[in-house]
Formats: sequence, C-alpha cells, structure tokens
Amino acid sequence: MTLNEIQDEIIEDFEFFDEWMDKYNYLIELGNKLEPIDPKYKNNGYLIEGCQSKVWLRTELDQGKVRFTADSDAIITKGIVALLVKVLSGRKPEEIKDADLYFIDRIGLKENLSPTRSNGLLAMMKQMKLYGLAYYAKQGESKK
Amino acid sequence: MFDVEKIRKDFPVLQQKIYGNPLIYLDNGATSQKPRVVIEKISSFYSQSNSSIHRGVHFFSEQATAKYESARITVKEFINAKHVHEVVFTAGTTASINNVAFSFGEKYIKAGDEIILTEMEHHANIVPWQMLCDRKGCKLKIIPFDDNGELILEDLEKMFTPKTRILAVTHVSNALGTINPVKEMIKKAHAYNVPVLIDGAQSIQHGVVDVRDLDCDFFVFSGHKIYGPTGIGVLYGKEKWLEEMPPYQGGGDMVRNVTFEKTTYNDLPFKFEAGTTNYVGAMGLATALNYLTETGREEIKEYESELTGYAHRKLGQVEGLKFFGTSTNKICILSFLLDGIHQYDAGMIIDKLGIAVRTGTHCAQPVMDHFGIDGTLRASLAFYNTKDEIDRLYEALLKVKQMLGS
Ligand SMILES: Cc1ncc(COP(=O)(O)O)c(C=O)c1O
Repeated sequence: MTLNEIQDEIIEDFEFFDEWMDKYNYLIELGNKLEPIDPKYKNNGYLIEGCQSKVWLRTELDQGKVRFTADSDAIITKGIVALLVKVLSGRKPEEIKDADLYFIDRIGLKENLSPTRSNGLLAMMKQMKLYGLAYYAKQGESKK
Repeated sequence: MFDVEKIRKDFPVLQQKIYGNPLIYLDNGATSQKPRVVIEKISSFYSQSNSSIHRGVHFFSEQATAKYESARITVKEFINAKHVHEVVFTAGTTASINNVAFSFGEKYIKAGDEIILTEMEHHANIVPWQMLCDRKGCKLKIIPFDDNGELILEDLEKMFTPKTRILAVTHVSNALGTINPVKEMIKKAHAYNVPVLIDGAQSIQHGVVDVRDLDCDFFVFSGHKIYGPTGIGVLYGKEKWLEEMPPYQGGGDMVRNVTFEKTTYNDLPFKFEAGTTNYVGAMGLATALNYLTETGREEIKEYESELTGYAHRKLGQVEGLKFFGTSTNKICILSFLLDGIHQYDAGMIIDKLGIAVRTGTHCAQPVMDHFGIDGTLRASLAFYNTKDEIDRLYEALLKVKQMLGS
C-alpha cells in the first residue's frame, strides 16, 4: 500500500465512530498495541518533551527504509503516535519528507497537533519528517 | 439569600454547550468568566464614550478620566487601602510582580542580599526574582511545604538575616489551594524589618482581603481571575515604598517635565503607569468588584466553602483518586491524580464530556517536583458552580477509569 492508501484506510476506520469516546477507545487500543520502544532507548536522548505528555522516538535506516519506534507516557497520545508510526514507518526517506499527513485533520485530531497543546506530538511529527529529509540527503551524498 | 441559579444567569458563557453537553467550567483558577454587567460596561464605553484619559480637555476625555480614577477608588475600597494613590493599575499579577522586582530591586538590592520565596509559588512569583538575582547578584531562599501542602514555618524566623530584603509569598497556592497564614508571616517579617509582597492572584476572588489588616507592603492581583477583563491588574503598595522606588517603565503620563537634559517624574500612582493605560479594563474591573460586593463577599465565601467540602467528599469516593493539597485551610481548588492514569488522558476524556479542567503543572513546577509528579488534574471552582456539576465531574472520572482500565 502507498502511504496515502494507509492514510485513507485510517480515515475510513474512523468514519465508524460518531462518538468521541469511541474514537478515544480506539486510540487507547492502538496505543496499547503499539510495539514498545526498547526500554534502553526510553531515555532523554530520545525524548521529545511536551509540557502535557512525553513522547520518545527512535529511528533507524534498514535497507533503504526508515523504521520508527515510539512511545508516550499518555495512552491517548500513544494512540496517535501509533497512527503516525503506521503511516510513516517502513517508508523510503523521500516519501517521508514529502508526506502530506492529511489524515490527522480528517479524523478530527488536528487540535492534538497544534503547538498550544504541547503534548509532544507536533514536535514528533516534525522530527519524523526531518529524519526523512536527513536520510534522503545522506543517500544523495553516498550516490555521488 | 445566595441563589446560585440566579447568579448563573448573570454569566452568558455558562449557557454554552460543548460537544453537545452543557458547559461545566471548572478552570476558574486559570481565568474566570465574566458577568453580563462587565461585558456591557466595556461594550457600552467603546460604543458610546471612548476617549483617552489624562490627555484632553474635551468632554469625552474628562469623562473617561473621571471613570478611570473612580475605578481606582473602587479598588482602594475593595482592598481597604489607606490612600487611592497606593493603587497602581498594571496589566496583571505578572506585570505587578515584575514591576516590584525591578523597582524595589533597583532601589534596595545589592550583591549578596537575600530574597525569601516559598516552594509553592507560581512561576510569576519566581522568575522576576531570579532575573533580579541575575542582575544584582542576590540570592533566593525558599520556605518549604509539607506533604499536605502547608508551609513549614517553624524555622521561618531563622531564615531572616540582616541581608534579607523582601519576602514574596502567595496568599493562596494555585496548584494546591492552600491558604497561607500570611498575616502571621508578615508580622514575623516586619519584626526583622523585612517588607512582604503578597501574590493575591488566587485569593482575592475567594474571600475578603484587607491590605491594612494584613499590613502587607505589596499586594498584587489580576482582573481576569476576579470576573473582570483580561489585561488589567493591580499593584497595591504602601505609599512609603512607592514614593521611594524608581519607576519601572518610562513614557507618557508618568512624567512631570521632560527635557533632553532631565526628566522629572509624576506623582503617585502615575509614576508607575507609563503610556496609555488599559483604562477600559480598569472600568471593567471596577464593575466586577462592585458586582461581587453587591452579591456579598461573605456569602460567596460561605457558598464556595460548602461546595469545596462537597467536592472533596464526592471526588474522594473515586477509588484510586489522590488529592494534592490536603490542608484544612484551603479554597476551592482541587488538584488530584487517578492511580495509574496520565492526567492528560483523563483531561482529554473529561473535555469531551463538556467539562473544562486544567491538566499539567499549573505554572508551579516546584510544586510538582515536591511530589515527584509531572502534573495533576485541577478543578478550580467558583461561586457559579454547583453540586450538580461536581456530580457530573465525579461521573466523568468514573468514565475515565472505565476507559483507561484501572
Ligand atoms: C498564584 C498566581 N500568581 C500569579 C499568576 C499569574 O497571573 P497573570 O497570568 O494573570 O499575570 C497566577 C495565574 O495563573 C497565579 O495563580
């Protein structure tokens, strides 16, 4: 599936929910299922500090694809983290750097990625895209 | 008779619905809602008679000046200051504290001096003093609090030394709700010739404050937390200090005579009111204070105290709920956590049920550090809240527990 197909699938999943609590229940479930970050990386080096909740993000490049593992101390935040990981992990650097993450808005969670929320999510999303850009630039160099 | 249903009708915003639920506003510690009289005061002034103050001979300007100065008298009476010119209008608590930290610091503080604060201050009563310490090379001493959220005052007297210049303490903690025994603290400080600044941001809206009875040297508060508009606040200072302290900001209105060689400053309180002030805010604040006086400040206090007791008992029934700030002497602020549940998750769920509470550190990080936590949920009540709303919060917390499986 392409990155946008995954986004569309998420949007479709969320269309089932007309109640906020159902949405949150689903995010809680996703958060609980998210592959945990190795505890040894759950330290300040990988921490993206938000004032309200904390997020940890780790990245590796594996055969030309970027792999993200992430975690949060708040479970709903972690559910949104899981969605971002689902969309962006395992993608090529250029896909990540160019990604237009429209699904966030479409599933009604845009407010969670606003700078005033200070929950670490916006910073995490920016960080993921920066990694995409950095890996992309590195690949370009090694090809020269 | 105190009639909460009648009072609620005075606050237009309380009739709103959020996500289809009637709004339950429990974030009054952050800012309070405004009664219709305040909103109408501001709106009618702008639509019927706006003009700058102290600047013109024309009709509107004189009228505006008179209203602004009358607002000052209202504040003076509300806090029972001795002189009208001891009331300075500022932008809010933060601006008032910065003003004192700067002007008092310029006049009286030198390297090696000491400033006493407490462990439960809002950042607004920490950072301006730290900045002063950076400028002057003075240092902070901190009065600790115990696990109930009460200041530990046994050793207070030992903290005063010949180098102590000022004690700055919050009247009521915004994170814990504790009412501090400031009157006794002031008395002790004065015995060592140390003046005291009281941060009244969370106290003045919940009880009667008499600055002469307290004998505090400075008392500061914000309009927006006492049902007035935002962007207006008060710095009360005893005449002696305000006379001696240099001005904080320079500009129009605070001067008597300006030449490029020398400028002389205006009298109190104008010396501390540089530039065009928020005169509309001052009028709105005075309207809010009059509204409280008419409603009855003792009645408000009594009602809030009953509501607080009810809220503690009710929320105390939630299994795994832990309160932070368990002093018996507190106002209607309830800070708490649910065992094993992140406050941000809880806050998000509660929000969708139409209930506004605050989550996080409440700009009082040292308080969170004391308990080794990242933040709390905070329900801060006002006299327009009801027992029914507390019941709804209780149910919302049960829903949170059910969803987050603990
Ligand atoms: C105890 C205390 N001091 C100071 C402040 C700062 O008030 P303002 O932001 O209105 O200047 C607050 C407000 O949150 C407070 O609760």
